[in-house]
Amino acid sequence: MKRHAATTRIWHWLNLVCVVVLFMSGLTISNAHRRLYWGDWGFSVEQAWLIVPRFPDWMTIPGYYSLAVARDWHILMAWPFALLLLFMWVAMLVNRHFSRDIATSRREWRPSAIRHDIVQHLKLNFEHEGGKYNFLQKLAYGLVLGVFLPMMIFTGIAISPGMEPTFGWLVDLLGGRQSARSLHFIFAFALFGFFVVHVVLVILAGPIGQIRDMITGGRHDEA
Amino acid sequence: MMKRRGFIAAAGAAFVAGCNKIADSDTGSRLLGAAEDWHKKAHRLLTDREALAPEYPRSAISPFFRGNGSTDPQNGDYQQQAAENFVNWRLDVRGLVDNPMKLSLDNIRKLPQRTQVTRHDCVEGWSAIGEWTGPQLSLLLDAAGLKPEAKFIVFRCADNLNGQDYYESVDLIDAYHPQTIVAHLLNGEPLPIRNGAPLRMRVERQLGYKHPKYLTAIEAVASLDDIGGGKGGYWEDRAGYQWYAGI
Repeated sequence: MKRHAATTRIWHWLNLVCVVVLFMSGLTISNAHRRLYWGDWGFSVEQAWLIVPRFPDWMTIPGYYSLAVARDWHILMAWPFALLLLFMWVAMLVNRHFSRDIATSRREWRPSAIRHDIVQHLKLNFEHEGGKYNFLQKLAYGLVLGVFLPMMIFTGIAISPGMEPTFGWLVDLLGGRQSARSLHFIFAFALFGFFVVHVVLVILAGPIGQIRDMITGGRHDEA
Repeated sequence: MMKRRGFIAAAGAAFVAGCNKIADSDTGSRLLGAAEDWHKKAHRLLTDREALAPEYPRSAISPFFRGNGSTDPQNGDYQQQAAENFVNWRLDVRGLVDNPMKLSLDNIRKLPQRTQVTRHDCVEGWSAIGEWTGPQLSLLLDAAGLKPEAKFIVFRCADNLNGQDYYESVDLIDAYHPQTIVAHLLNGEPLPIRNGAPLRMRVERQLGYKHPKYLTAIEAVASLDDIGGGKGGYWEDRAGYQWYAGI
């Protein structure tokens, strides 16, 4: 197993803090209007495609209902979150972490190879031959870094009325402001889903070693 | 299982407590306030000051335009004015201006009008589309003649919500934006009471709480410090909402 690059480790932990604060303050913002719509507009039950449950205070920032304080946190953490993601992408492309470890080859997309990988996962066999990550890991990390996290930023920009005069094309591309708001919510929960699976797999793979490696880089120094 | 859930809840509570501690500290609250300013600066850097919020065809208008906050003011003589169809309603243009003005609805209707079908986004998350008609605020400000020391425009309102008079404010960039109008028609009809009869502001590049209803005065000021609670608006004073509501 190759070492985790310093840039990967720094980004991983700082990004975790950003995403946790954004998610928990986002739950308060969701509590302010617990309905999601498609298209440009929507304000009542008849137009909603989803009535979101009220998230209990202990899950939220600031821990009691305050839309203003939640928005303060959301608005603050959006900056380091977006800038760090940009930094991580530049670092991944420059140090070839992306092309070497995350980009998949056509061979890996063969159904038999995918099936093999799923079976190995179900057997909780985390020893992968050759590369740093197996196919499912590459897919998960690729989706998170390439789709889920960037989409949080793009859908966030599209919800912001001050950005719309310049980024109206983005709002249109996402299907209107209320669609962008729905997608913001959907991608947030896609990230939450990833978080849960990620943590479970880290626990199954030996959490102490895994966490230590993400802090120190890992023992098997290669590069 | 219960133990694990207890652990997650405890970890969550500790994290939230830490966040609240940061938010309550001087540096923390300054940081949270600064972030609002970074967004405003980024928006202003990326977006031309005249750039328009999207306008929609009439066919996009929502079948109903939701009202929030005050939807039927009971204070002062509002109900009586409503009963008289607002014939005695006056809009004051005052403060740091050369020629203070008092305008009736008739005066306002005779000015050059702008009609725009725009989307209204509430801070809570919902949106509605409506067609608004009225004179541009820039027209009134130019007619009154802003003094050079004027930096903000304060909007005074007739409604008293939870014991405080509603008010809002914008800087001169938003005040002079072409879509910033004093609306008296919604979808071609006089404004319903729910939506701010007889006059409301439209500040299209910001969230709904920046579009005050039941407008009684437009006041040019040099600073917001001595107005209301000093934060530039009813919700800003009362709940700590961001003064720049373009986010």
